Amino acid sequence: MDFTLSKEHEMARTLFKEFAEKEAKPLAQEIDENHRFPRETVDKMAKLGFLGIPVPKEYGGQGCDPLTYTMCVEELSKVCGTTGVIVSAHTSLCCDPIQTYGTEEQKQKYLIPLAKGEKLGAFGLTEPGAGTDAQGQQTKAVLDGEEWVLNGSKCFITNGKEADVYVIFAITGTIEKRGRTTKEISAFIVEKGTPGFSFGTKENKMGICGSSTYELIFTDCRIPKDNLLGQKGKGFNIAMHTLDGGRIGIAAQALGLAEGALETTINYVKERKQFGRSIGAFQNTQFQLADMATKVQAAQMLVYKAAMKKAEYAKNPKISYSVEAAMAKLYAAEVAMEVTTKAVQLHGGYGYIREYDVERMMRDAKITEIYEGTSEVQRMVISGSLLK
Amino acid sequence: MKIVVCIKQVPDTKGGVKFNPDGTLDRGAMLAIMNPDDKAGLEAALRLKDEYGAEVTVVTMGLPKAEEVLREAMAMGADNGILVTDRVLGGADTWATSTTIAGALRNLEYDLIITGRQAIDGDTAQVGPQISEHLDIPVISYAQNIKVEGDSVIVERQYEDRYHVVKAKMPCLITALSELNEPRYMTPGGIFDAYQKEITVWGRADLKDVDDSNLGLKGSPTKIAKASDKVRKGAGEKVVLDPDESVSYIVDKLKVKHVI
Amino acid sequence: MNLEEYKGVYVFAQQVDNEISSIAFELLGKAKDLAKDLNTDVTAVLLGSGVKDLADKLAEYGADKVIVVDDPELKVYRTEPYAHALASVINQYKPEIVLVGATAIGRDLGPRVSARVATGLTADCTVLEIGDFPLQAIPGQEQKHNQLLMTRPAFGGNTIATIACPDNRPQMATVRAGVMQKIEPIKGAKAVVEEYNPGFTPNNKYVEILDVVKAVTDTVDIMDAKILVSGGRGVGSPENFKILEDLAEVLGGTVSCSRAVVDSGWKPKDLQVGQTGKTVRPNVYFAIGISGAIQHVAGMEESDIIIAINKDADAPIFDVADYGIVGDLNKIVPKLTESLKAEIAAK
Repeated sequence: MDFTLSKEHEMARTLFKEFAEKEAKPLAQEIDENHRFPRETVDKMAKLGFLGIPVPKEYGGQGCDPLTYTMCVEELSKVCGTTGVIVSAHTSLCCDPIQTYGTEEQKQKYLIPLAKGEKLGAFGLTEPGAGTDAQGQQTKAVLDGEEWVLNGSKCFITNGKEADVYVIFAITGTIEKRGRTTKEISAFIVEKGTPGFSFGTKENKMGICGSSTYELIFTDCRIPKDNLLGQKGKGFNIAMHTLDGGRIGIAAQALGLAEGALETTINYVKERKQFGRSIGAFQNTQFQLADMATKVQAAQMLVYKAAMKKAEYAKNPKISYSVEAAMAKLYAAEVAMEVTTKAVQLHGGYGYIREYDVERMMRDAKITEIYEGTSEVQRMVISGSLLK
Repeated sequence: MKIVVCIKQVPDTKGGVKFNPDGTLDRGAMLAIMNPDDKAGLEAALRLKDEYGAEVTVVTMGLPKAEEVLREAMAMGADNGILVTDRVLGGADTWATSTTIAGALRNLEYDLIITGRQAIDGDTAQVGPQISEHLDIPVISYAQNIKVEGDSVIVERQYEDRYHVVKAKMPCLITALSELNEPRYMTPGGIFDAYQKEITVWGRADLKDVDDSNLGLKGSPTKIAKASDKVRKGAGEKVVLDPDESVSYIVDKLKVKHVI
Repeated sequence: MNLEEYKGVYVFAQQVDNEISSIAFELLGKAKDLAKDLNTDVTAVLLGSGVKDLADKLAEYGADKVIVVDDPELKVYRTEPYAHALASVINQYKPEIVLVGATAIGRDLGPRVSARVATGLTADCTVLEIGDFPLQAIPGQEQKHNQLLMTRPAFGGNTIATIACPDNRPQMATVRAGVMQKIEPIKGAKAVVEEYNPGFTPNNKYVEILDVVKAVTDTVDIMDAKILVSGGRGVGSPENFKILEDLAEVLGGTVSCSRAVVDSGWKPKDLQVGQTGKTVRPNVYFAIGISGAIQHVAGMEESDIIIAINKDADAPIFDVADYGIVGDLNKIVPKLTESLKAEIAAK
């Protein structure tokens, strides 16, 4: 067992860090304040291949491992939680299912431009009546000749209005099993601009304010028959498996937020003076920092381990990384919330002011305990594996 | 076209500076980066590669650890990397450094050699022009723009209050300013590819037409007599006053010092 | 190499458009000190086309002798003919010391020449003196006397090193502009003028100058200013530099700035003070809204009087300021301008 990162990974981190500091950090406060999607940063990331890090080169990606991708989201989130989730949602929730379940034609048509960053991706599972409970879905897809006809809506969709390609889940029938009727769910690829596909309200959020979170509305939206992703009726599995990967991305986002808050706070307590000394000289500050740093380190271990397990899965699809991903997300998200809250506290009054980064980080951190499976869902996944 | 870019791994001067007992730099103890002017030189080469097509080879002289900047350069798009490293080369001043690098470059084919204007550790700006002298080719220092036209380069050469548009026949050496361009980032895939490539490592024996007496600490005409942290003038008075009092304070001082 | 053969302190007398650069006079001032210590004389090397008339001016600033290489090939600076000329002079006359300005010309010419005559070159020196090498005698090692000890900052001004060139001649240094003091010119002074032409045969190293584009600037060179009112990022905006300009105007000074200001695009690069800008030593230096990063301090700490105004009481600029005022520049500077106006009007 080796806890040392390879030189490649170290260098990749240097790259992500430099990019984050130079390109994402200067915008972080402004996009938060104006609830503005940082299109210019996305364009720059596209050119550098950041939008296809774990996608194989033959599909326009960078051909790197999940750990490299994880580190990218981590470093971006250190300075800007919004930028982190844009990459995470695009890569884990849109590129990944198309790469895993898509036909060769679908990969050629959609994965290549997504991985090159020419197109941005999104994922639509959640509905007003179906968040954690996927069976609560209402959106329907009916085959009509050579087309699927979609009706319904999706909510809280990250990259909502900014994306070009959407992986959408809809009910395609019912299954009778042991006398119970359940909904049969399938996955589809929907392009922006398809007649009948429109956007509803833009959500006004507590954090990650620069991310474009929208309601998607489908009204007799007709898509080609070939845009069914994976087998008909396998949508639930596709969704769950995709979310396993997505959780690693969100765990990385949470980890980055915690690290960013910790770094900011360390710098702050060295400078800020009270009672004639820097507040870093007080034992309370020191002990708080020690706890924060230890938890951040533990979170990083879990996140990296999950990423490495996903790499093993790529070689052997029988391996599951579901539990590792759940643990990583559960822990990193809770650490992010705890560390950012402590960071605000150590900043005192300034921590409560918009001008200070930790204020934004604390708001950004909260969502990591909620989306792509709440902490409660993660606990269900983990305990489920313990008690099966 | 074949372009050779000379790059140097330097301590990031933001991180503080450490010396060996003999007065030479303790490079191992400091955070290492690619020298900014060299990075601009590399970017210039890569842009020529994008525009005209070229094979870009990066060369560095240093400790084995300097391999890192070669990998970084290759992750940005350089094709080959050569590390010149040997114990006998340590402690070189600009003369001995330039004879060493010239000795390495004599093994290579090149149309253009690009170096950074100066390194942030030594700030000398000497190695580029000295290499050109050893190789008997023209030098254009302080390049702020580079174009290729046939077998010549056309370069905007910066001076304090003007620039010259200079045309030189290749092969030729150009020293680049960090203002020349904004160097590109590496790409994630480029990093992993760079580590798959072979780096050529050359030692003393691989240097062509170089006398031992021109290498390393012994071959350096300049010797360090003393090196130390800079001693600064101490702080004077510091006052916290309201604006009107501040003004009177300054006016009084200017009067006392006969400025007004 | 017989080191004894090499005599005299030589200065490369840089001229541009047949006008001698200020650095040449500064170097002559220093060369005079060094020559005195070595009991020798000062020679200026003047390279150009139609430049012979400039020799008297060099004499006024301390040259005992002027070697003129006058040739059409030297009309506009190009590395090769200049390097050929200076290297030929060195080989012919065998000077003990050669000083070159650390200018955009000198930092190109110096290394090329030093490599050609196979000697050491120390870049960007700020202190030059005659002394022993090693500084203290070391048993078993010869201590050489009357060596040129060249002191220079390195690592962005974090360190200084003193360097000698004990076994090669000439001892060559490029010297930072604005550091050495020129002497008060001696009117009517004459130097021995000697013309020398090594012959110029164009070869592959001769480049072609297609165009000379001069930057349009009507501002005073900040290196010549007696009073500098320098602003940093703390000034807040390019528009707000107006209050600094007003202050400078009242005092007959010039506005300069920190690197952060240039990086933000508020002011042009030629107004930048610091390691990557210019080294200044005015009588009074106002540092307004400048935090005092080490690279800035390296370019202004030799100023006679440093007055700093900054709202951050912990700003490092206060470590070098003679008079530091912790306060809001927006409130203090306009009032200071008004007050000085009144003071000066009352005189």
